[in-house]
Amino acid sequence: MNSRDRILQATAENQPAQRDLPVIDFERLIRYDEPAVVFEQVLTKIGGQLVRVKNLEEVKNRFGEEDQEKFCVDVIDCTEEDRLKIKAWKATDLALLHTLYIKGSFGVAENSAVWVDELAMVNRLLPFICEHLFIVLEEKEIVPTMHHAYQKTDVNRTGFGSFIAGPSKTADIEQSLVIGAHGPRSLTIYLIEKDSL
Amino acid sequence: MKVALFIPCYVDQFYPKAAIATLELLEKFGLEVSYPKNQTCCGQPMANSGFEHLTKGCNNLFVQNFLGYDYIVCPSGSCVMHIKDHLHTEENEAAAQDIRTKVYELTEFLVDVLKIEKLEASFPHKVGLHQSCHGQRGLKLSQMTELMAEPFSKPGHLLSMVNGLELVELDRKDECCGFGGTFCVTEEAVSVKMGKDRVLDHERNGAEYITAGDLSCLMHMEGILKRRGSKVKIIHIAEILNHHLS
Amino acid sequence: MKVQDHAQAAAQFIKDEERTDWHDETLWFVRKKRDLAAHGIPEWEQLREWASQIKDHTLSNLSHYLESFEQKATANGIRVHWAADGEEHNRIVHQIIADHDLKRIVKSKSMLTEECHLNEYLIQKGISVVDTDLGERIVQLRKEAPSHIVLPAIHLKKQDVSDTFHDFLDTEKGNNDPQYLTEAARQHLRDYFIASELAITGVNFAIAETGGFVVCTNEGNADMGAHTANVHIACMGIEKIIPKAEHLGVFLRLLARSATGQPVTTYSSHFHRPREGQEMHLVIVDNGRTRQLGRADFRNSLKCIRCAACFNTCPVYRRSGGHSYHTAVAGPIGSILNPNLDMKANADLPFASTLCGSCSNVCPVKIDIHEQLYKWRQVIVQAGYAPVSKKLGMEGMAAVLSSPALYHFSGKMGRTTLKYAPFLVNNGFNPWYKQRDMPAPPAESFGEWYQKNRS
Repeated sequence: MNSRDRILQATAENQPAQRDLPVIDFERLIRYDEPAVVFEQVLTKIGGQLVRVKNLEEVKNRFGEEDQEKFCVDVIDCTEEDRLKIKAWKATDLALLHTLYIKGSFGVAENSAVWVDELAMVNRLLPFICEHLFIVLEEKEIVPTMHHAYQKTDVNRTGFGSFIAGPSKTADIEQSLVIGAHGPRSLTIYLIEKDSL
Repeated sequence: MKVALFIPCYVDQFYPKAAIATLELLEKFGLEVSYPKNQTCCGQPMANSGFEHLTKGCNNLFVQNFLGYDYIVCPSGSCVMHIKDHLHTEENEAAAQDIRTKVYELTEFLVDVLKIEKLEASFPHKVGLHQSCHGQRGLKLSQMTELMAEPFSKPGHLLSMVNGLELVELDRKDECCGFGGTFCVTEEAVSVKMGKDRVLDHERNGAEYITAGDLSCLMHMEGILKRRGSKVKIIHIAEILNHHLS
Repeated sequence: MKVQDHAQAAAQFIKDEERTDWHDETLWFVRKKRDLAAHGIPEWEQLREWASQIKDHTLSNLSHYLESFEQKATANGIRVHWAADGEEHNRIVHQIIADHDLKRIVKSKSMLTEECHLNEYLIQKGISVVDTDLGERIVQLRKEAPSHIVLPAIHLKKQDVSDTFHDFLDTEKGNNDPQYLTEAARQHLRDYFIASELAITGVNFAIAETGGFVVCTNEGNADMGAHTANVHIACMGIEKIIPKAEHLGVFLRLLARSATGQPVTTYSSHFHRPREGQEMHLVIVDNGRTRQLGRADFRNSLKCIRCAACFNTCPVYRRSGGHSYHTAVAGPIGSILNPNLDMKANADLPFASTLCGSCSNVCPVKIDIHEQLYKWRQVIVQAGYAPVSKKLGMEGMAAVLSSPALYHFSGKMGRTTLKYAPFLVNNGFNPWYKQRDMPAPPAESFGEWYQKNRS
């Protein structure tokens, strides 16, 4: 018998009698009157910032104002041709990536996490290797809790996806919080306001 | 109501005043209290050290002594918890199981059974309440800071009825003092460090007395206080509740 | 070299009282942050209950979920390997490295690889691995083990880190600024990421329904490694399985709040398929877990999600430091996991506790940690791993306490010699008396008083 079979057999022999799964009662969950307000409060606490914008046009304009001397990339609605090029970039190509604009699928009020999947990333490395990350999020796509978040998407729709909450950080030296560990040094959420849609 | 007094071995030997206060207090509430004289120990010192198999003698003795009472009251949360959780006897298991439901820690008995709302006690001092872990987390005598739940405290409720007593706020409301049974000698360094830190919390916050429902914790802290020449004294909660009562 | 037991190592740690106080306060602060975060969730206790029930259910169907996970993961293009023990786990990882002849390897935090001593194994094979979690990199440079599963370098002060970085990363001598030191580590490790050929990560959760796995970090190091390298190896114990993705809703709400008081980790990355051109391997490890699953009293230790809340709340851990537990996973949870791995070597650990019960109260999956500590004590004594002196003492104590006559006799003698309570002998050799006074012996016992006054 190989290890696989031995492990599965030992597991089957040793596992206890059937226990039932609980039903997650959504009535028990915290409610927020204004999820977007909570989202912003939490985001600010964890070192991110939120900028309210009217529409995607405004985001595009802001991207145009970024320092073009630096390596800046916008992967929101990029062409198929661009996608292929961006996908092929290796770590060595991206070492100096300064600014990234990307679209988030939805946000979570309780922890200000934003779901970004591979389709939006184009290249998995981008949102982690860039120095400054900008995520565009629609206000209407903010859900209260992680339970709601998992109802919003199939996590295996693409090969990879991540909840991103704030800039990268560490407190490994004497519990002193330092923003900018290995990933982005800053995270800005461009929140497209509900009313403007 | 047939009430038996269960006095743990170390209280019997080293802190008879706390046992006397417990007895007097119960008598003041009109109870007729028996003290089965062949009692020794609940067996916890062995059991907590991994020698539960050596507690048969203590268990049998406990059942013989406390069979047939409506309530068994004890001024120690730790010993009560041990009886509640671990009393077994091959001789008469049904009696052991029955006793497990009838044994009460003193403050829990006063609050839950006698439903005391008024005490004629006075103790005009600043007092720090030490939450003994077995009483608090084991018997749930007080809410625990780890849980997200409504606060309450049975010993705190009783102390609030004592005239002149001022309860001091501690920085850490329910941290262990480090006694831990044989832990206090097998892990001497950690045990003492925990005890020192606990005592300092009370001192820093102005306590003249440290009280608790368990003399094991108090004995440990008293040992540290005395060695350090501190003015802070220890006193069992029964002695406060019984103060000026007579 | 004989490993010191917990009590000896803890006594060593406490000798530097100032540092012990710092360690205690720092971890207590993390506990307070946890409390604050939990207080923000009115359904916190319900969440713990759900998490516990999901884990109970999973353990009761673990073989089914493991198989279905394997099937889905394989269909996703992940190569699944099975390792019966640490040795096999290490062999598998080494084989993958050797097959590709890879040299540049980065690893993000994985307590499983610590448990299996992967780094040491690979060094013997001439392969060096760079740990990329900041805390882990610090201890790796110092040739130390992590002292905490979430905060690996919590036993160190910033000047220690500064000295280490000065030696290895050429930072300014005496510059203790955490910002400066972290920046230095960022630059140092970035070069390794950019050049990495193979990345090893741990796994926080593996989803049976979808065949994917989730890795949580704050630093982004797992992602930096996994998305730069052409080969990604993720290592997990069999207990990391959860049935469905929706259950992550429960666990991710609990994990970071319990661990550090954050609402969630910065990155909760869900890996389902290798990226184009990448190889993704997953090693599923038993290493004693199926044995633990068979121990009715101890199996629910396998529910652990490695948040370390029990470390931070433990008054013993805070004052003895992680290294005193001489195992990869320290703290209260380590003390109930490690006796299963090696009962004799870890016989001291279940005794490194006062059984105060705070650990069980903070546990997000409601493991009855302190009750298991008590039960392990019984198992260890029965297995014959208690010191002989302790055994004799206990037998003597039991004899006295089982006999009213002997008890009353010893009591009378004892209040001067205090013999029957062995921890109360008044002499310099007794550990009680080293730093504590004895209670003043009263003139009479309560029993004697009662005899005179009531009967």
